[in-house]
Amino acid sequence: MSGTMHTGPIVRVRNLVRRFTVKGVLNGLDLDIAPGEFIALLGRSGSGKSTLLRAIADLDHEATGSGDLFVPERISVVFQDSRLLPWRRLIDNVILGLRGSDARERGLKALAEVGLAGRETAWPHELSGGEQQRVALARSLVRDPELLLADEPFGALDALTRIKMHGLVKRLVSIHNPAVLLVTHDVDEAIALADRIIVLDQGVIVADLPNAHHDDDIEQLEHTAATRRLLLRHLGVGHDGRALAPEAVDAAH
Amino acid sequence: MASTAELLHPPFPKHPGPLPGLGYHRPRPVLETMPTVPPLQRGKYRLGLPRAWTYGWLLGPAMLLAYWAVGSTSGFIDSRILPAPWVAVTTGIDLLQDGRLHHNVLVSALRAAQGLFFGATLGVAVAFLSGLSLVGGYLFDSVIQLKRAIPTLALIPFFILWFGVGETMKVTMIGVFVFLPIYVHTHNALRGIDLRFVELAETMRISYLEYLRHVVLPGALPGIMLGLRFGVMAAWVSLVVVEQINTTSGIGYMINLARNYAQSDVMLVGLLLYAVLGLASDFAVRLVERKVLSWRRTLGQ
Ligand SMILES: Nc1ncnc2c1ncn2[C@@H]1O[C@H](COP(=O)(O)OP(=O)(O)OP(=O)(O)O)[C@@H](O)[C@H]1O
Ligand SMILES: [Mg+2]
Repeated sequence: MSGTMHTGPIVRVRNLVRRFTVKGVLNGLDLDIAPGEFIALLGRSGSGKSTLLRAIADLDHEATGSGDLFVPERISVVFQDSRLLPWRRLIDNVILGLRGSDARERGLKALAEVGLAGRETAWPHELSGGEQQRVALARSLVRDPELLLADEPFGALDALTRIKMHGLVKRLVSIHNPAVLLVTHDVDEAIALADRIIVLDQGVIVADLPNAHHDDDIEQLEHTAATRRLLLRHLGVGHDGRALAPEAVDAAH
Repeated sequence: MASTAELLHPPFPKHPGPLPGLGYHRPRPVLETMPTVPPLQRGKYRLGLPRAWTYGWLLGPAMLLAYWAVGSTSGFIDSRILPAPWVAVTTGIDLLQDGRLHHNVLVSALRAAQGLFFGATLGVAVAFLSGLSLVGGYLFDSVIQLKRAIPTLALIPFFILWFGVGETMKVTMIGVFVFLPIYVHTHNALRGIDLRFVELAETMRISYLEYLRHVVLPGALPGIMLGLRFGVMAAWVSLVVVEQINTTSGIGYMINLARNYAQSDVMLVGLLLYAVLGLASDFAVRLVERKVLSWRRTLGQ
């Protein structure tokens, strides 16, 4: 695995600044991601989560800015929409641009991993939204990424499908062991999946919490409740669901 | 969302219970208190098109033919203005028997095919240059838009000046007629490719050639096919124009000659030939289109 080779972080972001026209979206952001680490990125709408993700993925052609970015070579991105090419069958979508004589074989294996064995010749439009997103997951993991970037990948799915996807993602990540940066709006999703949860506000990281998983049920429940309350406060939501005053949010940071 | 069962059998109205001060009433039978709701008509509401009819596309032409036939028999359509449909058929058979028809059709078809080939190849090639590169766009697109504003017919004198009055001029002329719609539609389709897919391709670090093959070409294919349909039609239509200039063969020549002798039946055969050839080639392009765009799900299918 990649983790055994280098000891340092696999992603290093230093003093990252990104702005659109004049508005600063990222204002000197620092972030390290260790190999195999699962990070959930929370933040209010418009706080710059997608902007950070796109900067790391080298997709921010229209933004200006500065800062240092060290990223691994193999990066896969999962978007909120599955982005399957409608004119390619599932298997061809999965192995798009993949080289080597065993590409097809690997693609079939990846489809089987997400529970879609036997559907390889289907067209994307023949699949449900959840199934399409599973194909997108297979397409990103078949490339054996060192870093998996996901921008609200389950945002368009229903709650039940989302929970099933969480299980699937956990299993696949433990097999392929990439570092993951997952953007999400869902505090519970972050707690369920991540090793570490960071909160973005005003273009910098304002909270960076470890998120250990406890074997003991009671401990896990207590941890979940505490983390949840803390995260919500950072996101500007009080314990009774009311919006917090800006000063209170700043105090939480 | 209500389930189908709920829609078909709305929940029974609640019994109001004993009224205060009046003691307990026996509830009336439920069926009596049920509102009379007409049974829902399922599957009637639809905004898209219903299932296609086989040969449904023949309806319009058949009506037109019927109107024409009835008009001709009743004398409502003067035969000097428009000969009856069966006159066109008998004249066509006559022309076929003396060999003039297939010779003319063959010559015309060859011209159209040559023009189509050059026009389409160049149209697609230039559209790719101007659609996929910034500099290409700046170089070609505005020039071609400029040309669009000039009627192609107005170019004929220049083309005669440059290419003479022979076959070269005619094929070039047809090529110009074909080039424009194919260029415009292809360029439009290329510039209209969904950026989300371009972004996806970028995250996969695929080569430019793979990008062309997997994203650009299939993404632009609907537009290219549409352009091709216009181009094929343009090839036939332009024959009418170019075959009026110094020709001794072709459908256009046949029509012209007939006009000089006021043979309206031969003119009519020529017109119908254009229609049949145009429709047949359009049909062929659509067959190809259906084949290569089989992944699409649209209103038209
Ligand atoms: N291409 C763009 N051009 C101009 N402004 C942009 C562009 N992309 C993002 N922005 C602006 O940058 C800010 C941050 O956007 P970003 O998409 O990163 O937010 P986000 O945290 O991902 O929000 P959400 O949770 O709603 O997806 C927003 O105010 C947005 O208006
Ligand atoms: Mg976003």
